[in-house]
Amino acid sequence: MQQRCGHPLLQPQQHETLGEPVLRAHDLVCTRGGRSLFSKLNFIVKAGCALIVEGRNGSGKTSLLRIVCGLLRADHGEVRWRGELIHKVREEYYKDLAYIGHLNGLKAELTPLENLRITQTLAATTPRTSPEKALAHMELEPFSLLPCRDLSLGQRRRAALARLLMSRANLWILDEPLAGIDRLSVDRVEGLFRDHVDAGGSLILTSHQPLSLHQTGFESLHLG
Amino acid sequence: MNGSGMLPAMGALIKRDLVLAYRCRAELANPVLFFAVITVLFPLSASPDAETLKLLGPGVLWVAALLSAILSLDTLFRSDFDDGALEQMLMSPHPLPALIVAKVFAHWLVTGLPLIAVSPALALLLNLPPQALPVLLLALALGTPVLSFVGAIGIALTVGLRNGGMLLALLILPLYVPVLIFGASAVHAAVFQLDASGQLFLLGALLALAATLAPWAIAGALTLISG
Repeated sequence: MQQRCGHPLLQPQQHETLGEPVLRAHDLVCTRGGRSLFSKLNFIVKAGCALIVEGRNGSGKTSLLRIVCGLLRADHGEVRWRGELIHKVREEYYKDLAYIGHLNGLKAELTPLENLRITQTLAATTPRTSPEKALAHMELEPFSLLPCRDLSLGQRRRAALARLLMSRANLWILDEPLAGIDRLSVDRVEGLFRDHVDAGGSLILTSHQPLSLHQTGFESLHLG
Repeated sequence: MNGSGMLPAMGALIKRDLVLAYRCRAELANPVLFFAVITVLFPLSASPDAETLKLLGPGVLWVAALLSAILSLDTLFRSDFDDGALEQMLMSPHPLPALIVAKVFAHWLVTGLPLIAVSPALALLLNLPPQALPVLLLALALGTPVLSFVGAIGIALTVGLRNGGMLLALLILPLYVPVLIFGASAVHAAVFQLDASGQLFLLGALLALAATLAPWAIAGALTLISG
């Protein structure tokens, strides 16, 4: 059973033609601390597809995501966004990319609302929805005026994920997005992923939790 | 480069850092207190003699300002690095050096500006003549932003290290020397009623250099440590 986003303001935007490759990783090699994590890694992410990166702890999932984000340089190989090297088209790429890593990127002294407003200005694109509505969708409305320091781990994670509701990015890169969040919220977030992919967006994620996403359009990549 | 929205983003970042500083306002007083304590220690250790203090005063004030600037640097990128806000900033479509200018400016507002505000009182304590105060204020206003910009390069390089404090001091204290020389020399000249414009012009030149070049170096360093 799939849960859909019923919120009228959260109608997914239409992205480009389905099935068209948007991101290509070619011959990626990554060595951390003298240990080879992966070598000659190739993959393609298409519009309307999700890539689930699987592997044990320390198999290089986070490193791979950071390389694709341009935060980490691969020892060898290249990542191309719509045919261009990501470092060459930094501005366009980052307008089209939403990344949520292990760290939430929330300031502990600011409220979730203030945090989302900052995200909105840094994103340089008009948000799909307001920070208030994004928080409401994540069921964080009662906490939107508390400093993030006072929120639970899972609530903070949800506040970070609320960024995705505001983002117009085609590509979402998420590192363990479901870590620490409760069952009901997991359904909600998975619904968000499905809507994004159905609308032609792309998604790369890692998760140790079993996902109920295995259907057409969801591929997996095994590391290690 | 599409600059639309860059200035609002810089403004929002400055506002955010000022709000954060206000919410942790107990920490705000630290650099100023440190500055004051060092300055007060000198008459106690060197000599309480008014003429000696007048000679030592300009140098003491600048050394204290320098040490206080180094002490305050840690707060510039530390929390952003720890909570992931730095990653998000690195992945903003806005030009990174512009966002860095905003961050350094906000940091200067909460650490450098209070220093300038208390400096006249400390100068009088060191028996500097009142007519030297305008030059002292101007020299500090030109010099402390340079300390912030240059120090930010050092902190950007060491923020990923667990015990980067000593390395930071070793890295940037030599780079602070020109500011120290011209800053102290300007105040010296003013104390003895000489023309200080040459030193002030040089401080201005240093500021122009630091404000235009340091953001690129900081951006490079932050990109490097994020990997």
